[in-house]
Amino acid sequence: MSDVLDTVVDHSHDDHADHGHAEHGAHGSSGLSNNKLAMWLFLGSDCLLFGGLISTYMLYRGRVQRGPNPNELYNIPFTSVSSFVLLMSSLTMVLAVTAAGRNDDRRMRIWLCTTAFLGSLFVGAQVFEFRSFYLKGLGFTTNLFGSSFFTLTGFHGVHVTLGVIMLLSIVGMTLRGKIPGRKAEVVELIGLYWHFVDIVWIVIFTLVYLIPS
Amino acid sequence: MTAAVEAHNEHAVQTHAHAGEHSWTDKKYVMVAIYLAVMTGVEVGLSYIHPSFAPWLPTVLLITIMIVKFVTVVLFFMHLRFDDKMFGRLFWSGLILAVVVYVGALTTFQLWSS
Repeated sequence: MSDVLDTVVDHSHDDHADHGHAEHGAHGSSGLSNNKLAMWLFLGSDCLLFGGLISTYMLYRGRVQRGPNPNELYNIPFTSVSSFVLLMSSLTMVLAVTAAGRNDDRRMRIWLCTTAFLGSLFVGAQVFEFRSFYLKGLGFTTNLFGSSFFTLTGFHGVHVTLGVIMLLSIVGMTLRGKIPGRKAEVVELIGLYWHFVDIVWIVIFTLVYLIPS
Repeated sequence: MTAAVEAHNEHAVQTHAHAGEHSWTDKKYVMVAIYLAVMTGVEVGLSYIHPSFAPWLPTVLLITIMIVKFVTVVLFFMHLRFDDKMFGRLFWSGLILAVVVYVGALTTFQLWSS
C-alpha cells in the first residue's frame, strides 16, 4: 500500500514538474529554478573575470613610462555623474522586476525601457571618456596603464551593452507575447545580470577612479 | 496519504514562491536607492580630502563604503536576503574565491609595499 501511495505522489510530482517546465521553467530536485541557479553560478564565476582585470589594473596603473598618468586624465565629477546614472538604473531595474511579479506589463515595459535608456547613457559617457583620453594622448598601447584601463572598463562597457540589448529584446518579446518560460522569472534573471554589472562598477569606480594611485 | 500529498503541495507552493515574492514595496527600493546615492556622494567628497595626519584614512573609508554599497545592492536589489540560501552560496563562494586568489596574487607582486 505504501509503495502504491509513493508511486501516486511521485507520478503527481512528475506531472507537476512537466507542467512547471512548460510554464514556470525547469526546477531541479532542490525545488529551485535551474535557470536562476545557472545565472547565480555565472555571476559567481564572472567575479573571477573582473577580479583578474581589476588586479591587473591595480598592478599596472603606476607603470607610466610615457604618455599621461591617471591623475592627469580622470574627470571625477563627470565619472561620478555616469556612476550615479548606472546606480539609478539598478533602481529602475528592480522596479521592472516587481512590476513583472505583479503582472503589470505596462509598468514593467516602462521601467525596462528606462533602464535600457540609462544604460545607454552610461555607455555613451564611457565612449566620450575614452575619446577624451585618446585625444589627451592615451591609446590602448601607449603604456601598461592605458592597456589595463581600457581592457577593464571596456569589458565592463561590453557587459552593459549586452545588458541593454537583453533589456530591449525582452521588451520586444513581451510586446509580441513571445517570451520564453515564465515572464517574471525571465525579467528577474536579466535583473540579476544588470545588478551585477552595477556592483562591478561600484568596485571599479572606487578602486580605479577615487583611490589615488 | 493525506500527509504525503500535503507535504508535496507545500513543496510545490514553496517552489513557486521563491521567485522574489516578498513584502517589499517600490517605496522601500526607492529608499535603498537614495541611501546608495548619498553614499556615492560621500565617496566622491572623500576622494577630495587628503588629511596630513592620516593620509590612509580616505582610502580605508572609501573601501568600507564600497563594500557597504556592494552588499546593499546584492542583498536588496538582487534579493539575496529574501531568496534561497543556495543562490547566495554560489555567488559568495565565487566572490570570496576571486578576492582570495587576486589579493594573494597582488601580494606576491608586492603591490602593498609599493
